[in-house]
Amino acid sequence: MAYSSSWSRALVAISPYTFSAIGIAVAIGVSVLGAAWGIYITGSSLIGAAIKAPRITSKNLISVIFCEAVAIYGVIVAIILQTKLESVPTKSIYEPESLRAGYAIFASGLIVGFANLVCGLCVGIIGSSCALSDAQNSSLFVKILVIEIFGSALGLFGVIVGIIMSAQATWPAK
Amino acid sequence: MYGFEALTFNIHGGFLEAIVRGHRSGLLSTADYNNLCQCETLDDIKMHLSATEYGPYLQNEPSPLHTTTIVEKCTLKLVDDYKNMLCQATEPLSTFLEYITYGHMIDNVVLIVTGTLHERDVQELLEKCHPLGMFDSIATLAVAQNMRELYRLVLVDTPLAPYFSECITSEDLDDMNIEIMRNTLYKAYLEDFYRFCQKLGGATAEIMSDLLAFEADRRAVNITINSIGTELTRDDRRKLYSNFGLLYPYGHEELAVCEDIDQVRAVMEKYPPYQSIFAKLSYGESQMLDKAFYEEEVKRLCLAFEQQFHYAVFFAYMRLREQEIRNLMWISECVAQNQKSRVHDSVVFIF
Repeated sequence: MAYSSSWSRALVAISPYTFSAIGIAVAIGVSVLGAAWGIYITGSSLIGAAIKAPRITSKNLISVIFCEAVAIYGVIVAIILQTKLESVPTKSIYEPESLRAGYAIFASGLIVGFANLVCGLCVGIIGSSCALSDAQNSSLFVKILVIEIFGSALGLFGVIVGIIMSAQATWPAK
Repeated sequence: MYGFEALTFNIHGGFLEAIVRGHRSGLLSTADYNNLCQCETLDDIKMHLSATEYGPYLQNEPSPLHTTTIVEKCTLKLVDDYKNMLCQATEPLSTFLEYITYGHMIDNVVLIVTGTLHERDVQELLEKCHPLGMFDSIATLAVAQNMRELYRLVLVDTPLAPYFSECITSEDLDDMNIEIMRNTLYKAYLEDFYRFCQKLGGATAEIMSDLLAFEADRRAVNITINSIGTELTRDDRRKLYSNFGLLYPYGHEELAVCEDIDQVRAVMEKYPPYQSIFAKLSYGESQMLDKAFYEEEVKRLCLAFEQQFHYAVFFAYMRLREQEIRNLMWISECVAQNQKSRVHDSVVFIF
């Protein structure tokens, strides 16, 4: 345990389990925020545009599905992260190895959460424009879908890096 | 913040924006106009329009059609679209939509006051009013004798009340004063609308500033041309120009002293966007000026649809519909009077 009073000492005195828990919460919470944000942006435009052009509804649900995928990434990573939590005996909670594991889970959660947030937003905004353009001219749909696919790759990048980060969250041996 | 409207616009405005874009796809295209221009009688026009969005409004009309009936029913469609959007809108979109109709309110007020001056029947005048600009106590306008009464009796309860402060005088209403009143009200309305859009910020402010500035400049030119040779003094003319727009303030100084159309042309050619308009007219000709201005306005309105997540699409749609109704009126009149060669003189194609 550290006894002097600088900020860096204070941060090191926070339990690694706190950081892990926050990381897991951010992974699922912020991902779902991004997915929901994207879905309402797409959904409101889609509903309005479908009044004049009902044919667009079935194809444009793909945009909503891409946004939903972002939330699923968050759930998967949160479940993986929580399986990485292990108990360590009290004397080794503040060892460097434990701290490293705690920080790894925290970082993984942040990575996935915020990558999915912006991915959901991106796909949602493009999906809204896609619905409106498709209603005017149906040949535009496939072209705009390509943009959406690139957008949804952003969430995938976050998931990949997050899983690699969490793979090294090894707590010290008992 | 400009650039981040996409994040929150759809909460309140997404559905209505999608609806107004759907309406835009129902505007008549060049092919429709070509068909209409080929018509021989008004019944042909009705038949061609029945395939467009105006169909349900015209189908129950009995056979000897008049051009005024066609225009009335088409305007009814515009009013229905507008009311559907207005009843679903929240602030600030609902205020924005209401602002769009104040121009029609001003026109209706002036119509009734002028008609009363010329001893017309109030009911007849009410039928000629534009439906978008109706308000509850409009019939009482016929009672007022001068502007102070006009304000005190009727207009203080309407949204036009704040625009009256600049033009209340105790003079009796006559033709000249009514025109000055119309232009003063419209000037106050445009400035108010401009300030409102600036307050909204973002893409709405930018696009609406351009559209309203064009409107203000166009009105300045029309006021100048119409007041050449009348008793309107230069200072009075200067007071009718709005205080925003491309021409403010130096163009207004020059326009105020113009005495004929060639001087107006010389002033306007210093401004590149208007130079291209005036280049289409040969010297001394002003009949085509209206059409040139309408074409430029339609071009700018269509550009408003290129961007998403702002309110200017609503304004643009209403104006494009009004232009379409003007086109239909011109085509119907040409067909009814058998002057089909003049059809293309005044039709402005939207697409």
